[in-house]
Amino acid sequence: MPMAADDIIALIKQGIPDAQVEMQDMAGDGDHWAATVVSPAFAGKTKIQQHQMVYGALGGRMGGVLHALKLTTMAQKP
Amino acid sequence: MTEVFDRIRDEIAKNDVLLFMKGTPVFPQCGFSAATVECLSELGVKFASVNILVDPEIRQGIKEFSQWPTIPQLYVKGEFIGGCDIVREMFETGELEQMFKDKGVTLAKAA
Repeated sequence: MPMAADDIIALIKQGIPDAQVEMQDMAGDGDHWAATVVSPAFAGKTKIQQHQMVYGALGGRMGGVLHALKLTTMAQKP
Repeated sequence: MTEVFDRIRDEIAKNDVLLFMKGTPVFPQCGFSAATVECLSELGVKFASVNILVDPEIRQGIKEFSQWPTIPQLYVKGEFIGGCDIVREMFETGELEQMFKDKGVTLAKAA
């Protein structure tokens, strides 16, 4: 059972409260997502750490029920 | 789990540029793995790969080893660089090429 965009957003925001999350359905099948996550909490962190924070917020679902999530993270909007 | 960590460490130590992926560079079995291979090939980087689909122990072990839940995973000279999104982003900004140069990895980029 794929995850809905709203569920993914809710989890990310739960883990990173000030995050702004934009979701895009890459394949139109509700199962291959691209997420852009903007949060001041990312400031001063490496890309790996930023992505790990998002994966942490998803609590182990990444690579499981959520198999395709293209991530873009940034501390502030360009 | 320590035994599989040793195997992973050994592979990383043996290969300057190592990609844990689904499938092989010639026949990738996942779009994310294919995209990462493409970035490396584009730069002309010689790399070794581990097909995690044929090795369930490594498939699980590498995720815990790196604290990273997805495949592919790129290691350069022992350092975890990232997964597909990071590699692709670094490729687009030129950071990937710079990182290889900084680490003394030879690039055979077509002129």
